[in-house]
This record gives sequence, C-alpha cells and structure tokens, in this order.
Amino acid sequence: MITDIGHFALVLTLGVALLQASLPMAGSFTGNRAWMALARPAGQTQFVLVAIAFAALAYAFLTDNFGLVYVAQNSNTQMPWIYKFSAVWGAHEGSLLLWLFILSVWTLAITLFSRGLPEEYIARVLSVMGMISIGFTCFLLFTSNPFQEIFPAPLQGRELNPLLQDPGLAIHPPMLYTGYVGFSVAFAFALAALISGRLDATWARWSRPWTTVAWMFLTIGIGLGSWWAYNELGWGGWWFWDPVENASFMPWLVGTALIHSLAVTEKRDTFKAWTVLLAIIAFSLSLLGTFLVRSGVLTSVHAFATDPERGLFILIFLGVVIGGSLSLYAWRGGQIRSIGHFELFSRESLMLMNNVLLVVTAFFILLGTLYPLILDALTGEKISVGPPYFNLVFMLLMTPLVLLIVLGPLVRWKGQNLWETVKTLRVPLGVSTAGFVLALLLLPPSKHGRLAMTAMGIMLGIWVFSGLIVSVREKFRHRKLSLESLKALPVSYYGMLLGHFGIAVFVTGVTVLNTYQTDDDMRVTPGQQVQIGGYNFRFEGVAQQRGPNYMAQRGTISVSQGDKYITTLYPEKRVYMVQTMPMTEAAIDDSLLRDLYISLGEPVGSAGDGAWLMRIYYKPFQRWIWLAPLLMAIGGFLAASDRRYRQRQKQVLQDTVVAQQLLDELLATSAAKG
Amino acid sequence: MNAVRRRRLLLVSALVIGVGVAVTLALMAFRQNLMYYYTPTDVHEGKAPSTRSFRTGGLVKQGSLHRDPDGVTVRFTITDLKQEMIVLYRGILPDLFREGQGIIANGRVGPNGVFTAKDVLAKHDENYMPPEVAASLKKSGAMPQHEMVKEKNKL
Repeated sequence: MITDIGHFALVLTLGVALLQASLPMAGSFTGNRAWMALARPAGQTQFVLVAIAFAALAYAFLTDNFGLVYVAQNSNTQMPWIYKFSAVWGAHEGSLLLWLFILSVWTLAITLFSRGLPEEYIARVLSVMGMISIGFTCFLLFTSNPFQEIFPAPLQGRELNPLLQDPGLAIHPPMLYTGYVGFSVAFAFALAALISGRLDATWARWSRPWTTVAWMFLTIGIGLGSWWAYNELGWGGWWFWDPVENASFMPWLVGTALIHSLAVTEKRDTFKAWTVLLAIIAFSLSLLGTFLVRSGVLTSVHAFATDPERGLFILIFLGVVIGGSLSLYAWRGGQIRSIGHFELFSRESLMLMNNVLLVVTAFFILLGTLYPLILDALTGEKISVGPPYFNLVFMLLMTPLVLLIVLGPLVRWKGQNLWETVKTLRVPLGVSTAGFVLALLLLPPSKHGRLAMTAMGIMLGIWVFSGLIVSVREKFRHRKLSLESLKALPVSYYGMLLGHFGIAVFVTGVTVLNTYQTDDDMRVTPGQQVQIGGYNFRFEGVAQQRGPNYMAQRGTISVSQGDKYITTLYPEKRVYMVQTMPMTEAAIDDSLLRDLYISLGEPVGSAGDGAWLMRIYYKPFQRWIWLAPLLMAIGGFLAASDRRYRQRQKQVLQDTVVAQQLLDELLATSAAKG
Repeated sequence: MNAVRRRRLLLVSALVIGVGVAVTLALMAFRQNLMYYYTPTDVHEGKAPSTRSFRTGGLVKQGSLHRDPDGVTVRFTITDLKQEMIVLYRGILPDLFREGQGIIANGRVGPNGVFTAKDVLAKHDENYMPPEVAASLKKSGAMPQHEMVKEKNKL
C-alpha cells in the first residue's frame, strides 16, 4: 500500500517536473507573470512528492517488505537497521532515487533562498532544474523502477553487499550526490543567465554561495569515499585512481576552478564566458560520473547496473544536456563582453593559471579514464592505464598550482610589481628553501628511496603554510594588527585561508606517508612477535566469533613500543551468511601521527600450529589525508556563509559594478594615451 | 599593438608554452603506462612483451595452488582452456580467490615462462567473471556452457 503511494508520487513528480520545466520558461519570454510564478510552488511540490517516494522506499526496507524486487535483492531481516536504511541507496535504482531526491532538495532550497532575485531569472533557473528532473524521473520510471513488485514475495532477502555494510558508506553516497547534484544549480544559474543574455557580476554573486556549498559536499563525499576504501577494502590503500574515483574527482577539479573563476567574475566582471563554460563542464562531468558508475561500462564495486538499456538512456541524456547547453553557449556566448583589464602579473592572471592547471589536470584524468573504454568499444583491445600515469600527471600539474596558492591571495587585482611581491615573500621563500635543504640532509633514509621528492613535498607544505601567514600579515601593512581588526575581516576570507591550509596539510601528509609507510606480509604462529615501523606486534591467535549477520575468524594482536603497551587489535575474516562472501575486516589503531593497520589473511597452519597469514602496515600521517578535505570543507562552509551573500543590496551592487566599469575604462583610455 | 594587447599576448604565450610542456610530458607518461592485456595463449605464442609488465588473466586451474615453505609465496596455474601459465605471487591472495574462478594479474613474464605477479585481482562478486577473461575464453572457444548463461544474465 505504502509502496504504491511511493510509486504514484514518482509518477506525479514527472507531471509536476514537466510543468515546472515548460510554463515558467515560456512565461519568462512572453512576460506572463502567472506562468513564471508557477516555478516556485512547482519546485516545492516536487520536493514533497519525491520525499514521499523516498520515504516509502525507506519504509519498505525498514519493514523488510520483500514484495519489492529491489528490497529483496538488497536487504535481509538480519541486517542492523542502519544498514537496512542505507541499503536504500545501496544499489542502482535506489541510488537514482537518492539523486532525484537531492535534486529536489536543491530545488526547494532555490525556491526558499532566492527571494531577492528577479522573477524572470528565477523562473528560468527553476525551469532548467525541472528539465534535469524530467530526465532523471523518466530514467527511474522507465528503466530502473525501485517500486517494481515481485509475486509471490520471497521470505528472505539477498542482503546488501557486505562491502557496503560500513558506516562510511552509509553517508558517502548522500554527500557525494549532494555535491554532484549541487553543480546542477551552478549549471541552471549559468544557463538562465545565458538565456537572458545578462551575464554580469550580479549573476556571479548569486551563483557563488550555491557553487561553494556544492563543492563543499563533493569534497566531503570524496574524502569519505577514500576513508571507506581504506577501512573496508582491507588493503591499506586510500586512493586507487579507479575510474569510479576519477569520476568523482574530475567534477571536483573543475568545480574548484569554477569557484575561483566565479570570484574573478564577481569582483572584476571579467572571465565571464569562461565561467559559464566551467559551470557547464562541471555539471556535465557530474553526469558523466553518474553514467560511468551506473551504466556498467566499468567493472567495480560501484557498477550495479549492467543493463545496456540503462546505459543507453544515460548516454542519450548526457548527449542532450551537454549538446544542448554547449549549443546555447555557442549561440549566446559570443555576445558576452568582458571589460576588465589586467596586468601580466595580477590576481586575474594567477586565477587564470589556476583555472588552466585544474582544467588540464581534469582533462588528463578524463583521458586516462575514458581511453581504455573507448579503445575497447572501437577495437575490442583490452588495455588499462596504470596509477603511475595518474600520479605523474597529478604531481606535474599540481606542483605549480600549490606554488601559486600563496601568490593568489597576496597579489592585487589588476596588477602588482613582481619584485615587490618577491620582497614580501622573502621569509616564506627562505624558510621553504631551508626546509628543502634540511630535509635532504637530515631526513632518515626511506626504503622507497625518493628523498628528493620528499624534500620537495616538505618544501611545498612549508611554502603554503608560511606564505598564508605572510598574506594575512600583509593585510595589515597599513593598519594595526589586533584581535579586533582580525575579527573585522570577512568570514569568507578565513574560509579561503582554511581551504588553502587544507592543501598544505594534504601535501605534507601525502609526502610523509608515501616516503615512510612500510608493510609486510608474513606467516605467524600464536605467540610469535614481529617488528614493523618501530612497533612490536605479538600474535596471540585466532578465535571464532559470531556477528549479527556473519561469522568471523577474529585475530588478536597486542601492540607495544619498547616496554610500553599501546593497544590490542582484532582484525577479522568475515563470512556473511546470506551471500557467503568472505571479507577482510582490517583492524586500525589511528592517531594524528601514524596509523597501525592489520589485515588477516588465511589460515596456513600445518600440524596444528595455528599459523595465519597477516599483513601489517605502519602508515605515518595517514590521518592528514582526510584532515585536508575536512579543513577544505569547513573553509567552503565559511566562504559560503559570508553575510554579504545574504544581504539584499542588488541595487547597491549593480551601482558599484557600473562605477567600477566606468573607472576601468577611464584608466584603460588614459593608459593607452599615456 | 598597444601595451594591453602585448601583455595579454605574453600571458597567453607563457600559458601555451607551460601547458605544452606539461602536455608533452603527460602524454609520454600515458604511453609508458598503458598496460596491455595478453591471454596465456598470447604469452605462449610469444606475443607478450618480455621487458615490460602487462595484465593477464584466466581461470585458476583446480588443484594447482601451491604454497612455498615461507607461507607467503604462492604459485598457481591459470588457463584460458587452451594454454596454461604458471603465476608466482608473494603476498596475501584476495578474499575471493578460488581455484576454478577467474582472476586478473599484473606483472611480468620471465624467460622461463613463469608470470611474476605484482597484484592479483579477484572480483567482488562470486559469480563474476572478469570481462577480459570471459572474452579470452570465448576467443579460445572454450567458454563453459554454464558460464555463458551466467554471463548473459549479468549483461
């Protein structure tokens, strides 16, 4: 009964989405206020309908309603309730419903927090959101209906993939999707502005907080995904350059470029065409990510759907969205005029370099991800692109970007003397160079033998950290530095600092981790001790244990350092009862400076000596890898929460922009004359 | 050409040169890191390179798994049901590694024809057969009938 309501709500959603996509858009051209006014209530109704559908599916999971095929395939009465709930998005159909639900939440947010915007503009934004919604609702209803019934209903379900039964994975998809789908807002804002032909600083100001919030969620989502892989896959890695990871990372890179480019468009009224293009690319890559993950062209944990019909649908949808928006861009983009003038060495130039580096990186990751797929489709030849390629490309392009991070906030808009900047930065330059030399001389040798790289990583970390401090100090060159004056700086400024500080944390973490992590596979008998990374591991033995829906072989290892007892770790080898799938559940002792990580292999005992295979990792600075996205996300939150976005000073703003433009033109003409 | 234009030109050319260098290096890295897939038959016919690593795969032959006395090094035979190849691996095998199942391995082949694997992958689903393995079994005309059905159901 309840599931019927859910299904029906989904059908109604399609109707409302059609209405929301068509009438307000038409009204915005004909000036029909009544039609435009439909956009907001339509968006809100859609939210209610999708929420009902989503709640109905969640209810079906929590009440073990195996009359639904989707529930029967992904749930089981023995699962803890939290995993029953997260199983809602544990496979293809439900994760699409989650996508649609999040889209409707974003739509609702637009209807609520856009009171100050012109009616015509908001009608167009919501209409574009409606079009995206049509695509996904059709996809759900026609190819991937989670409410499809099965008769007679099985008594027991197949259970959620045990790999997905992890708290990290319960929250990873919602976060990631909130980020992905959030770029649809930036996309809708850009398209609405393109349609009206009014791309100015006001548009950028409207779009900025939305884009930053989406970026923040995407950052958290990617961080959680990495954390989940580390905890759950059992082999100590935190990033594999797996196509699915790349699919989430590419929109992040372009999204990062977009939030920087939007800043330039807002402050300087330039880079406009480029910003619009970035908004289109960021959302297209989000859709491509959905396509790659959901179509089954990739074989991985994430590839649920292996139905060519679905793949084809997403491909067509992708084609319509990208093709349509790029045609619109080609048609209207030519009319965009940027007026700002800037010197070779100016914040604008630095932002341009930031954008180029980020977009080129995204392009090379796209090449490495898609090339094997395309080659396979065209010639049937099977190849794969190894992680060394991605690592090299990433390092090659990100090193200059990290160098630029310090300059960006320091160098003024329009232009600044290069020599003056170098003088300002003499301390960071000196300290980071000294750090490089000292690291080369003093660092203990590593078995990976790449101390030059390590020293460079440490130099970059020091450079960003000290450079950020100097850039704050520089703000007070002509003012007194006090707690009061620090408080007076806008919140978004601190957001920026924190985000960039996250990069310094990441660079340092990766450098130390890659240089000094060690691991070893070994055969151990009860009572045996092994030394790794200066720690002493004593294997006590393995015992059988029963979990709620699995049986486990549980190892006991006591860890000590010198005479000091540290902890006892219990790695497990689980067999889940329903899917009879064996799984390695690693045991981790984490702290800010190092992780100790143990995976249990298999029993290899002979003559009853109780021997097991075991892998132990010592991973220094592992936590820094996830501290970094956390800092960046908090930075994003601060940036988006700046109160100037909430003030309704449309007119004031427009006046400032006009005044600024006049001033620029005056300066330009006088420069040309003089 | 006025000053503004000249500066823009400088900026653009600097960007083009910088990006050009990066692109060239990246493309070189791309070429070097392409990993090709060769079936045991390909290796037997000498098609696989001996100087660089590649991927291979097949079914693990029943009863072929042997463990060295150190407990950590294993050897097993993979087959595309036409040719066989011995694989040597040091480390813990993945959870889903079973005799009779399909696996994928990265590594190099030595002059003695033994494949030394750096990684061994078995996929997350018990019924799953890596597409490369399925394709090579089909090619050798030796796809077991029930696997064909299973694969069709998957697709």
